Amino acid sequence: MILEMNNIQKSFKDLKVLRDISIHVDKGEVVSIIGPSGSGKSTLLRCATFLETIDAGEILYMDRAAAKTNEEGKAEYVSHAELQQFKQYFGLVFQQFNLFPHYSVLKNVMDAPVYVLKHSREEAEAQALELLDKMNLKDKAGAYPSQLSGGQQQRVAIARALAMNPDILFFDEPTSALDPELTGEVLKVIRQLADEKMTMVVVTHEMPFARAVSDRVIFMDKGVIVEQGDPEKVFGDPDHERTKQFLRNYQQ
Amino acid sequence: MTFQTMLASMSAGMLRSLAIFFLTLIFSLPLGMAVMYLRRSKYKVISGITKIYIAIMRGTPLMLQLLMWYFGPFYLFRWSIRGYRFPAIIIGFSMNYAAYFAEIYRSGYEAIPVGQFEAAEVLGYSRSQTFFKIILPQLVKTILPSITNEIITLVKDTSLAFTLAYNEMFSIAKQIASSQTSFVPFIIAGVFYFVMNYVVAFVMERAEKALAYY
Ligand SMILES: Nc1ncnc2c1ncn2[C@@H]1O[C@H](COP(=O)(O)OP(=O)(O)OP(=O)(O)O)[C@@H](O)[C@H]1O
Ligand SMILES: [Mg+2]
Repeated sequence: MILEMNNIQKSFKDLKVLRDISIHVDKGEVVSIIGPSGSGKSTLLRCATFLETIDAGEILYMDRAAAKTNEEGKAEYVSHAELQQFKQYFGLVFQQFNLFPHYSVLKNVMDAPVYVLKHSREEAEAQALELLDKMNLKDKAGAYPSQLSGGQQQRVAIARALAMNPDILFFDEPTSALDPELTGEVLKVIRQLADEKMTMVVVTHEMPFARAVSDRVIFMDKGVIVEQGDPEKVFGDPDHERTKQFLRNYQQ
Repeated sequence: MTFQTMLASMSAGMLRSLAIFFLTLIFSLPLGMAVMYLRRSKYKVISGITKIYIAIMRGTPLMLQLLMWYFGPFYLFRWSIRGYRFPAIIIGFSMNYAAYFAEIYRSGYEAIPVGQFEAAEVLGYSRSQTFFKIILPQLVKTILPSITNEIITLVKDTSLAFTLAYNEMFSIAKQIASSQTSFVPFIIAGVFYFVMNYVVAFVMERAEKALAYY
């Protein structure tokens, strides 16, 4: 098991955002998370990537616990140094790309491998160029993020995440900040990664894409998983009324 | 007194003015960063005290602050420290400018999108790597124009050291002007400040251009 999150609870002040959520992701699996705005999808990814701390529950990567509940029912994390090591298991692609504007495309992709993973510069650069080539961006290696379109920036962000050789890649609405004509090129790249059996968790509002690409779809609402399973089942013949209603609203 | 002798006696003062200028920058630029972090502290007591400190530094005349730093130890504790005049000037200037720089840093810091911090965090950069590689370069670019303004003010403010009877250039200019009943020393002083600020503006413009690559 690459990722296991068990009985996750998370509140912001009095607002319960995740209520006892459990998900697990196997090697090579592509999992899509869908659900209405405010249902806690981003929060779930942010908890998985340690950008938010959970209140209770456990998070395991590669069967190693990064956080677990103690006797008092509160989540307890491993040390900061250990968490830094856990970060090598995953990558995250943000809705807003969050590229480093003062670094060239090439440096955006190769900097963390050099300074975090301590790879040699030559090795990191060769790998970065290879990834940029794969993202169809080799000619942009010397450009700065502000000189790129949104779709190109997002593909650089994907290359940056892949350069860390993660075991699992999270995407939080990777195409929501893009003009419609640019979403295709990003979805194509994600689809290509799925074909290569990259383990991925994708929060998305692109229903046809989720249906086509995922091995499993999770429908979340109000901080709980309402329903999950095979995409054909969840999209074609959902069990729950809330799921049906959500999908109906989407088709309009 | 010839022009040359005037210039010669003022040049020692110029060096002292330059010393105040550079030492203040060397201390207050990093100190301002520390003050900014204290100001942003999640502990209310720390951020509160820092806020008051900044308000006092910005809300009272620097001249008064210099007097306080110099005479304060004596009036409060009956300490009289030999050779304290110059250190008191540097402390006074640095503490004052650190407050201004802290507020400039803070505005720049808060303008950096939170996504920059988060992207660095997820990639596994350490705290110091995040600060020096990701945040500081972006911060410097946004605040450079405000820092330039502050530095230009500092050039002119060095003359306030006369308050503590320190013989920087402006004090000497005044002495010569009154003893020789001549206006020339003031012209020399004016040219000195103007040239220095010209250099400051030139250097800062170069720096801004160097950072304009993105
Ligand atoms: N840092 C925060 N502080 C307080 N409340 C927050 C914070 N982050 C999220 N929330 C709240 O938690 C709830 C879930 O937010 P979340 O961003 O996880 O939803 P989402 O499913 O990703 O929605 P969307 O589809 O709009 O992105 C929302 O009500 C949101 O306002
Ligand atoms: Mg979201």
